[in-house]
Parts: sequence; structure tokens; C-alpha cells
Amino acid sequence: MITLDHVCVKYRQRLAVAEVCGTFATGRSTAIVGPNGAGKTTLLKAMAGLLPLASGQIHAPERVAYLPQRTELDRQFPMTVAELALSGSWRRSGAWRRLDRAEQERATHALAHMGLAELANRPIGTLSGGQLQRARFARLMVQDAPVLLLDEPLNNLDPASRDLLLKQLTDWQMEGRTVIAVMHDLDLVSRHFDETLLLSGTVQAWGTTPAVLAAARAEIGFTGHSLWVNPLAEEAGS
Amino acid sequence: MSLHELLIAPFAEFDFMRRALVGCVVLALSCAPVGVLLVLRRMSLMGDALSHAVLPGAAVGYLIGGFALPWLAGGGIVAALLVAVLAGVAGRYTVLNEDASFAGFYLMALALGVVLISRWGSQVDLIHLLFGSVLAIDDAALYVVAAVATVSIAWLALCYRGVVLECVDPNFLAAAGRGGSPYHLGLIVLTVLNLVAGFQAMGTLMAIGLMMLPATVARLWADTLPGLMGVAWLVGLVSTVGGLLVSYHAGLPSGPAIVLVASLFYLLSLTLAPHGWRGQRGPQSDAR
Repeated sequence: MITLDHVCVKYRQRLAVAEVCGTFATGRSTAIVGPNGAGKTTLLKAMAGLLPLASGQIHAPERVAYLPQRTELDRQFPMTVAELALSGSWRRSGAWRRLDRAEQERATHALAHMGLAELANRPIGTLSGGQLQRARFARLMVQDAPVLLLDEPLNNLDPASRDLLLKQLTDWQMEGRTVIAVMHDLDLVSRHFDETLLLSGTVQAWGTTPAVLAAARAEIGFTGHSLWVNPLAEEAGS
Repeated sequence: MSLHELLIAPFAEFDFMRRALVGCVVLALSCAPVGVLLVLRRMSLMGDALSHAVLPGAAVGYLIGGFALPWLAGGGIVAALLVAVLAGVAGRYTVLNEDASFAGFYLMALALGVVLISRWGSQVDLIHLLFGSVLAIDDAALYVVAAVATVSIAWLALCYRGVVLECVDPNFLAAAGRGGSPYHLGLIVLTVLNLVAGFQAMGTLMAIGLMMLPATVARLWADTLPGLMGVAWLVGLVSTVGGLLVSYHAGLPSGPAIVLVASLFYLLSLTLAPHGWRGQRGPQSDAR
């Protein structure tokens, strides 16, 4: 379970996320949606411990796996697919401990599960976008964390890779893990996520996915006023 | 001129050439892996900035203690680390990115160093500090080079896994629980130490050449990290030996001579290497 208590986070000296309160329940999947610049990635990074909080508190388990956006990984680095998957053992192995047979087998199994067994010795720079994302999911499998924070995990993927990763999200949830993902595709959100957090600088809505998406659509339909407006951005602009 | 006179005699006959050879070979071994990591981490320009930043500290050290190594090296280390810290702070707390803030501070440091030496030293001293001299490599300088090389290789061996992860995916490493910044900081400190160790022979302006050029050449030939480090080591070794011979026979400063030999490898590799213009089969093209 992750609890956010009046969380405020700054990004480049500006308040990007304000007063977020709520709980991500254990074993549930939550999609974080909102317009560009809504603070979705900023909030996710704060939960991963990568950004300091301006105020408020986050109560989270110690073991959290974080999947940054794909662009944050240096694809030109001379590293093989197997080495990338194995790097998921970092928390257990650290800088010095020998990577034992169990870790090797865990990485091999994860790659096979992601359909990458044949590509294990290929450099990561030679993979397609979908293959690379599957390799990064294999690393998440090796990490074996109870909470997964995923930043745009399904963007710009081929249908086969997207379906495989969606199945993996479901599997993680079935295993009792908490999955929190920044998403853009509302159709995928409505079909695959239990809960939705609609963020636009502040929390616009947070609850079960059907309720949040229905409320959002109704709001737009009745008032013509989109919920995809970021009050923090408007404040800064005025 | 016989082959013996060309290649062996300078080292056989002159003590200072033998010292320079040992110093430069050890330096090449130490600089190569550091340079490879800087290139892969896209910190080549930062390394260049740090090499310039050494100058004002070395200048102050020179004005206090002459060419005594502790003063030169100590001043250089303090100045370069100060520039690294100031540039990091400026990059974090202003709109400038780290690259731009480094550019600002290293230009300031370089100008300050040149002014200090020009005002209170001599033109010869300035040339010596900027471009190096094999005559400056005394026993104390050799000890410094050996110590820095030992620390560099030991640190890289101990922290290899963390450094690699920090290069390829820094946010993953930071989120995985134990933070990436110690490795980033360690790489900066190692860069500064190697630059300071090298500036007696190479000069403050040229010391970075022995770090970056072999690593850049290696990037054009090798596909794996061990391969990159191996090629960089080899290019560094040949460049230093070749550069010292050119320096001896042509009466040139040693730093630019070594860098020019390494540059020759770079130009040849650009055209001939598998990932150069000829190849077009590197990761960049495959990844699309």
C-alpha cells in the first residue's frame, strides 16, 4: 500500500503537483491519467524517491520497482539484453556480491517469459521499441518488487508487445502486487485498470475507473469545460 | 636514421625519456577506462571543462611552490573540484543545464589561470603548464601517476557494476534503492585525479586528450564494454609511445605530440572502423 499525505512536488522550481492525498491499495492497479504537464511523471518519480517532496509525506514499502520512460535509457550503451535483465537484481546483489545461479536463472526465465530468449546476447541498441520495452519488463520481473511504478509502459508499442505487457500487468496484479502506471490510452485504462487517478496539477478525480472516466466525460458533456485543464499551470500563467 | 635510432635510442640513452615513457604508459592505462565511461556517459565536454579548470589552481600552486608537484597537483585538484561543484550547483538551482554551467565556469577558470601565470610568471612557464614537458616528469611525478592509476583501476574494479548501471539508466539505479550519485561523483573525482596526474607530461590543455581520444577511437571499433576499454588502452599506449618519439625527434612539447598521434588514430578510425563512415552498421543505425 502507498499512502500520499498532502503531497506537493516541485519540478524546476515550480510547483508541479499540489496537495495529493489518497491511497493506492495493495494488489490493485491504478492508472494515472491527465494532460501533458499535469505532473504525472513528477508524482511517479516522487513516489520512487527520485524527487524530494516540497511538503507532505509518502508512506511506501521499501522495495519499489520503477520503470522510467523509455527515452531515459541509453540505448547506445554497449550492454546485452541479458545484462539489462540481470541488472534487476541490483537491490539484492549490490555493487560487489556475486550474481549466483538463482539470479541468472531468474533473468533467463524472465527473458523467456517476455519472448526474448533468442535475443539474450544481442546489444540493447539493436532491439526494436517493443523488444526493448519487453526487456525492461523482464528486468522488472527480476526485481520482484511488491509495488511497480510504470511511466508510460505501453506507449508506441506494436500490438503483440502491448498485449504481452498488458497480460504481465494482469499477472502482477493476480500475484498481489500493486501496479501504478502513467497512461495515455483511456480505452486501455477502462479495460485493464481497477482505479484511475485523474491528475492535472491537483487531483481532479480518484476512484474506480468506470466512475472516474464517467465523471470526466459527464463534466465535459454538461459544461463543455474540460477536466484536462491544469489549475497550477493557469495560476503560473496569470 | 636507423630504426634503432628512431625508436630505441631516445629511451635507451636518456633517463628523462625513460621516466616519461613509464609515466605516460601508466597514465594511458589509467585514463583509458575513465575516458570510455565519460564518452559513454556523454560527459566528454565535461571532461574537457575539468581539464581547463585545473589551470588556475595549478597556477596558484606554481606561484607559491614553483614546479614542486604537491603544490601544482594540490592546487589543480582543488580548482577542478571547485569548478565541478559550482557548475553542478548552478545547473541544479538555475535554468542552465550542467553543460552550459560547466562552459561558463571553465572559461572563467582558464582565463584566470592564464592571467595569473602571465602576470606573475613567464611565457615559458605558461607554455609548460598548458602543454606539458617530458623534462618535468621527475620521480615525484611518477609516484603521483602510479598512485592515481592504482586508485583509478581499483575503484573501477570495485564499482564496475554500479558505474555501468549509472551510465545506462541512472534513474533506475537511483530508484532501485542505493542511489546513483556516488558513482557519478566518483567518476568526476577520478577524471580530475587523472587530469592532474597527466598535466606534468601533457599540460593542462592536452591532458584530456589522452583520456578522450583513445576512448572515442574505441567507440568506433568495439561493441562491448570490455572491448571498448581494451581498444582504448591499446590506442592510448601506442599514442603515448609514438607521441614521445615525435616530441623527442621534432623538438615539440610532449602533450600536443601525443594528442596528435592519437588524433591520427581518430581520423583513420572515422574512415576505416566498422562504426565509422565506412561501416554504417553501428547500434545507432540498427536501433531504428
